[in-house]
Amino acid sequence: MQVNLTVNGKPRSDDVEPRLLLVHYLRERLGLRAANVGCDTTSCGACTVLLDGESVKSCTVLTAQAAGQEVTTAEGLGDGDTLSPVQAAFRQEHGLQCGFCTPGMVMAATGLLAENPHPTETQVREGLEGNFCRCTGYHNIVRAVLAAAEAGGRDPAGDPATATAAATAGPGQSAEAAQ
Amino acid sequence: MIPAPFEYVAAASAAHALDLLGEHGDDAKVLAGGHSLLPMMKLRLAAPEVLIDIGRLTELSGITSDGDELVIGAMTRHAELAASALVRRGAPLLAHAAAQVGDPQIRHRGTIGGSLAHADPAADLPMALVALGGSVELRGPAGVRTVGADEFFTGYFETVLEPDELLAAVRVPSRPGQPWGYQKFTRRANDWAIVGAAAAGGRIALANMGPVPVRALAAEQAAAGGASPAEAAELAAEGTSPGEDIHADRAFRQHLARVLTRRALEHQRH
Amino acid sequence: MSILGTRVLRTEDPRFLTTGGVYTEDVVDERLAGACHLFFVRSPIAHARITGIDVSAAREAPGVLAVFTGADLAGLPSRKGFPMINQEMAQRPLATDTVRYVGEPVAVVVTAEPYQGEDATELVSVDYDPLPAVVGFEAAQAGEVLLFEAAGTNVAAEFGNREAQRADLFDGCEAVVTQVIANQRVAPAPMESRSGAAVWGEDGRLTAWIPNQGAQGTRGSLARQLDVDAANVRVITPDVGGAFGAKFGADPEHVVLAWVARELGRPARWSETRFENLIGMTHGRAQENTVTIGGRRDGTLLAYRLEILQDAGAYPRIGAILPSLTILMAPGPYTIPRAEAFATTVVTTTTPIGAYRGAGRPEATAALERAIDLFAAEIGMDPAQVRRQNLLPPFTEPHQTDFGALYDSGDYVTALEAALKAAGYDELRRDQAERRARGDTLQLGIGLASYVEITGGGDESGPPNENATVEVHPDGTATILTGTSPHGQGHETAWAMLASDELGIPMDKITLKWGDTDLIPQGGGTGGSRSLQQGGAAVQQASQELIEVARGRAAAELEASPADLVFDVERSAFAVAGDPEASVPLASLAAEERLLVRAVFSAPGATYPFGTHVAVTEVDTETGKVFLRRVITVDDAGVVLNPLLAEGQRHGGIAQGAAQAFLEEMVYDSDGNPLTASFADYPFLSATEVPSFELADMATPTTYNPLGAKGIGEAGTIGSTPAVQNAVVDAVAHLGVRHIDMPTSPQRVWAAVQAAVQGAARKENA
Repeated sequence: MQVNLTVNGKPRSDDVEPRLLLVHYLRERLGLRAANVGCDTTSCGACTVLLDGESVKSCTVLTAQAAGQEVTTAEGLGDGDTLSPVQAAFRQEHGLQCGFCTPGMVMAATGLLAENPHPTETQVREGLEGNFCRCTGYHNIVRAVLAAAEAGGRDPAGDPATATAAATAGPGQSAEAAQ
Repeated sequence: MIPAPFEYVAAASAAHALDLLGEHGDDAKVLAGGHSLLPMMKLRLAAPEVLIDIGRLTELSGITSDGDELVIGAMTRHAELAASALVRRGAPLLAHAAAQVGDPQIRHRGTIGGSLAHADPAADLPMALVALGGSVELRGPAGVRTVGADEFFTGYFETVLEPDELLAAVRVPSRPGQPWGYQKFTRRANDWAIVGAAAAGGRIALANMGPVPVRALAAEQAAAGGASPAEAAELAAEGTSPGEDIHADRAFRQHLARVLTRRALEHQRH
Repeated sequence: MSILGTRVLRTEDPRFLTTGGVYTEDVVDERLAGACHLFFVRSPIAHARITGIDVSAAREAPGVLAVFTGADLAGLPSRKGFPMINQEMAQRPLATDTVRYVGEPVAVVVTAEPYQGEDATELVSVDYDPLPAVVGFEAAQAGEVLLFEAAGTNVAAEFGNREAQRADLFDGCEAVVTQVIANQRVAPAPMESRSGAAVWGEDGRLTAWIPNQGAQGTRGSLARQLDVDAANVRVITPDVGGAFGAKFGADPEHVVLAWVARELGRPARWSETRFENLIGMTHGRAQENTVTIGGRRDGTLLAYRLEILQDAGAYPRIGAILPSLTILMAPGPYTIPRAEAFATTVVTTTTPIGAYRGAGRPEATAALERAIDLFAAEIGMDPAQVRRQNLLPPFTEPHQTDFGALYDSGDYVTALEAALKAAGYDELRRDQAERRARGDTLQLGIGLASYVEITGGGDESGPPNENATVEVHPDGTATILTGTSPHGQGHETAWAMLASDELGIPMDKITLKWGDTDLIPQGGGTGGSRSLQQGGAAVQQASQELIEVARGRAAAELEASPADLVFDVERSAFAVAGDPEASVPLASLAAEERLLVRAVFSAPGATYPFGTHVAVTEVDTETGKVFLRRVITVDDAGVVLNPLLAEGQRHGGIAQGAAQAFLEEMVYDSDGNPLTASFADYPFLSATEVPSFELADMATPTTYNPLGAKGIGEAGTIGSTPAVQNAVVDAVAHLGVRHIDMPTSPQRVWAAVQAAVQGAARKENA
């Protein structure tokens, strides 16, 4: 079946199986592999993206359900060479270690701050209860979200960190540019 | 894990959805938010051949006042329900229950209609509906019928909803200012309740104490007769036959039911 | 100004934050074009004979290229355990006649597209003839049902000398307490499950992408299990999404993956589901410890015995031999005049046990710290005071324990006092006393754990060592090759700091490479908290040696004597002393001939970080629910290279350790069915269950490496587990509770309170 939707600002039209999960569509069809599949039970949030600006777990959304909507992934945050305020805060506060939960965590945090620009620590923790991390113990993730909130949309460290895949390709990766 | 293959149809209207249900019967399931159904399908615990997506039907969304009731469209997402000024004023227990479901991402997608139709006795909204004495509007080929919360749930994941019916709306009494209490006992924040208790207007409902959200009738009667919350709550587990699992055996569940009922009757919300 | 010791942000972060890490499942490589996909059929039953497998229906399913069973892989050797393990307890890559745990791979379906595999596996029909499950130590030791007939026993190994047990060990003790303590089975559950990609070249060499903790070890393990020469295997390590000890070597599924790729002459890929990960990846811990501790009523410890039962799961892996480390660390940081420890490892029809953050040492600390609290309760003394009195006094010369460990440096009492002070211990005890007096529903518990742990030990190949190659390029950039294998620890940043500090090359011009066995044939990987103290030291050493090689070239270039040259780190250039104009940039010295050095750093031995954790819990005495309110730690791992990274390791370790104490457990029923095989059922810690942590700093250097560093990666886990458990028990101790097993679930806490209250009532009525 044909599905039309917008992904990171670009319109897409693709023929998909009805059961194709949005996360697999993004990863396999569009090559946007920042979102990860971390569980089978809609528990871990590693697949979190924004759907019309709201955080959702893309492993539990059919691509077909997203027809006519706007999907934003981690690749679509920020602005070419500049990290978004949330992304920059995660770096500043060492809110990531192995990075597997990170795109989902960043998207969930972005969605959280859109709805609650000045959360308390408790609200941050509750706001991220759908995103699991095994490495950080959440401590610095919480600091990052609070720092991003404080920056209020401004890049907290003036971080011009380059963000293109090609510049920082890891071992075994071809330069697959974000779409 | 991914679902078995199925056909997908986006319903153009509620009437269209009903036609499709009539056509496919047991082979079809309605897809609302998909956050009860899709997890089951991904684990292959459910494998409908046809999914009827009602996600875009505006006629099934919206929250309005109707006399002394609130009418909530089946497609109302938990996040919307939790934030609704109307619901927070008239049935704050329901708004609170919606805010307890899963996590923010799940609340952006899950719907009240889907949650009630799924009928998990450990879930928040079924318990809340029973506590409030609300009802559901079921639309079928013969028209609309309204079923009260006490009659709607019939067993684990079972309701009176017929295969050719659509849960179209939910009604709850609007009682601004009425005291209420809500207790959800979990290991982690986004778990289902090990035991839950919700109390409002003389009614007490328990989650995960049986195959459906059960009314703690003996406790209700005691409270109505003037017993204190502690005294009434002593009877909360009477007549219940809760299951046992890794979180709690029967005795502990019944103990929790008593404690949580007391706290709900004392209008505690956490 | 040196950047060593400063909070340098991670250079690897930008890509993780935007396009995401490239994990094995993400790898796009032309060598893998047209890859087929594997999906395993796993045993649904804990113990059974396989009497038949019918793959005919599966073979006809859409997209199925092949279906293989154990019989097809008969040519591959069995996987045997370490030498001290009963060698009959071997695992086939796919089960042949017997399955021994739920989840054991039995067959594999190979499809053209990933979605097709799950559909087809449902069509594989396996006939099982059930055998009785063997779950729990009692059943295993009884030996009525053997997992391996040829072994003649369910005992896989024994450690320590039971024969030398002293009957008089506790003579002279005024108080003796004994307790059986569970150190329950947990799931490492890294966020990235296991996966792999494999292809055989026309040259007959295998290239395999596998998430791992040491490509060289994975290559060796893969080669042995495929019965090929390791020289014909190349392992490439993509980004790894966490490991925690469970991604060493190669698992049966990786062996099958490589075999399928060879058999079909086609690249092959595999990714497991979370369900498969929770029952197929090795589990952690799974010990039962019986502690007996005795001493005088004035708080002096005199004797301690630790009896360990280790569950190996169905096929002994490294978990089966970890008790040797538990025994090594049995006396911990204390002076205990007489101590003994022994262990027995048994097999059960459950998932095999592997290493998990701490690997044998958390168990030692957990047992001892519970024992200390039990002893304190028995004699009615403040548990802080018992520790204070019995901790080894500070030492800078290595201290040998009766168990053969050589602690390099330690100041345990200072760590204890610092942690107590940071926690506001006296204030906490006052709060606790007030709540007890009022009979509050929500009671306060304060738990302590003082620990010492072993990091960076060597192995059977020799003393601890690691290699690094540092190369400076003519364009002013540098490349480091390391034998370590980061999976979140930040080596790209840390090793670049070390090289930059020596070479004067900016960090963003330094690239780290690891995990490709063709590029780096030798290396010890990352585990056991070894990386900085060996791998980092090697990077520093190689950088220093490179400067000396460059000095010779600079001398020639500048026509000066090497001794007259100064290396100016700020300019990354050599200059003639007293004549800064006469200089030559380091990078230019690589123009004619490559400028690189490979160094091997060898340490004299393992190092012993230490610390004290204080945990504060609130316990709802009506429901048994535990709320973790504060964790205050001192984790002294010597000189800190990058406090940002070190704190991150501590945070993560504390959280995992705390999670074991009050939340997580892999549960099996008596039929060997795993009951917690999803993230909905397995109570994986989320952000709402833990507070922000309070870290106090302390750094007692080691002389074992020039960095003065010990290992920090596992220390947090080792300290926090018993601190949190002790805090829960402490919260209800006034009601008569002496012990609650982990995880301190609401049911367990409530049951303990009931039992204590009823016991007290009986005493009163008696």
